[in-house]
Amino acid sequence: MSGEVRFTALPVGPAPGSGFASPYAGAGESDAPAAGRGLPPVTVLARGLRKAYPGVEAVRGVDLTVRAGETFGLLGPNGAGKSTTIAMLCTLARPTTGRASVAGADVTTDPGAVRRRIGLVFQDLTVDGDLTAAENLRFHADLYGLPRRTARRRVADMLALVGLHDRRDSLVRTFSGGMKRRLEIARGLLHAPQVLFLDEPTLGLDPQTRAQLWEHLHYVRTQRSVTLFLTTHYLEEAEHCDRIAVIDGGRIVTEGSPADLKAAIGADRVAVRTADDTAALSALRERFGLRAHAAPEGLLLHVPDGASFVPRLCAGLGVPVLSVAVTRPSLDDVFLRCTGRTIHDADGVR
Amino acid sequence: MTAVAAAAVPAGVRHEVRATRVVWQREMMRFLRNRGRLAVTLAQPVFLLLVLGTGLSVLVPSTAGTGDYRTYLFPGVLTMTVQMPAIGAGASIVWDREAGFLREMLVAPVRRGSLLLGKCAGGTTVATCQGVLVLSLAGTAHVPYDPALLATLTGELALSALALTALGAVAAVCISRVETFQAVLSFAMTPLLFLSGAMFPLAGLPRWLTVICLANPLTYAVDPLRRAVAAHAPAAAAPSPGRQLPVAAELGITAALAATALAVAAHRFARPG
Repeated sequence: MSGEVRFTALPVGPAPGSGFASPYAGAGESDAPAAGRGLPPVTVLARGLRKAYPGVEAVRGVDLTVRAGETFGLLGPNGAGKSTTIAMLCTLARPTTGRASVAGADVTTDPGAVRRRIGLVFQDLTVDGDLTAAENLRFHADLYGLPRRTARRRVADMLALVGLHDRRDSLVRTFSGGMKRRLEIARGLLHAPQVLFLDEPTLGLDPQTRAQLWEHLHYVRTQRSVTLFLTTHYLEEAEHCDRIAVIDGGRIVTEGSPADLKAAIGADRVAVRTADDTAALSALRERFGLRAHAAPEGLLLHVPDGASFVPRLCAGLGVPVLSVAVTRPSLDDVFLRCTGRTIHDADGVR
Repeated sequence: MTAVAAAAVPAGVRHEVRATRVVWQREMMRFLRNRGRLAVTLAQPVFLLLVLGTGLSVLVPSTAGTGDYRTYLFPGVLTMTVQMPAIGAGASIVWDREAGFLREMLVAPVRRGSLLLGKCAGGTTVATCQGVLVLSLAGTAHVPYDPALLATLTGELALSALALTALGAVAAVCISRVETFQAVLSFAMTPLLFLSGAMFPLAGLPRWLTVICLANPLTYAVDPLRRAVAAHAPAAAAPSPGRQLPVAAELGITAALAATALAVAAHRFARPG
């Protein structure tokens, strides 16, 4: 990757909370005010973003702050407003109200600048099967006006980056789903964007391919200074992110690093199987002061320290205990806590 | 650093032209790689000329000089040859939308009009190339291989192809479903072709049909071809249903139609979601 064009401190957005008071300057015109505070500049900023379609309000006031170099995940069930939010940030949909800026340009007033500075990997596959891998990338290079020599080098670099170099002259329709996805990532990065948006990048891929794709994405992050902004409804995928925002019903319900969000729950999850669940429920309430609810895996309850609770439970419940499972809080618990239902239930409802 | 980035993405006309060209290039590559589709789209006009034309020439005896019904049919067959791939360009917009590739183009930092222009240029080139292939069968219709005639016919075919491609593009940006698009076009194109003078002379039709024929844009695409062929092979000549326009006016009508359709399609296409 010699002679690589790298984007560093580009126009710096205001710190969170300062809204749009600080004006965005054109590319490269502003010094980095946030640098003094030791924080990377803001690359994606949304305030009160709303999108209403006739009869549906898909996004109802979303605020986001994503800093350069972060891997940021928008986690939510199907229909939560993830794709609409991405579409507005990528200038493919116009916000009904609210404002957003991406890579230092306003999505409404300067969509051209936003488009030049972002890459996009779409929810459904958008490579041309009748062209080869290299031709797909060259098409993209021309659309983005990359100088020819730069384009040639970058096509080779990007194909190597996603491990498709030996297939560069194969027709894309002969590729597997995972390979097509990797090609799309290569294409999204071809014009050296500051932010790469990935809308459900692993949708429809089998778990093994999904894991492989994440290896590639992590590798990309070690090689490029690029912000990854992705949407997902896979909880395990959200674990790969530096920070996530949980979106439900068009609103952000919570935001933070996966570890912080899980820690905020402050409790382990205990699933107990007993010989008599009804008796156990009342025993838990009366003797331990705990509220449990029945689930397929047994009675579920949350306690601060699961490991030390288990012996007390077995000794004091008064109902034969068949099995106990203690799990550390997961993102599913975070989702459950914030929305009152699991993400799988939420997916099923919609 | 940012200066490099800015230079890497030049704005302005050259960038737009390059975008148009790469979209055109993609259409060409897909055309050249899909020989099967080429064979199928060529089969119908060739079949019409060689089988139907030969069969019907028994029924319709030649009245003027050399040639027979095949000579009369030849300009119509040429029009039909460019019609199908031209409409196919519109269909490719709908397909690209369905396959998702359109989004890759729409999010690029170029004007949507440039993309549409590339698509239409692609459709026009493909259609003209196919027209030239059928033109090589001129001998079977007793049309002489006169260089001036062939050049005129090629130019007129290219203009018709552009107008038809632009019409297809208008339909494509208004209709988002492949099935609907194909149904609408196959419903519209056959009567348009029949009422253009491609198959039979328009003079002598009932008055209401004549009105439709004169309002049919394809009429003004077929007639210049017919008059060019008739200058060399009189069997192609047909009496005009009304006062005959000069060829330049007919070509002007087709060009105006192409320009209007392109403008309408580009305008609709540029609307953000």
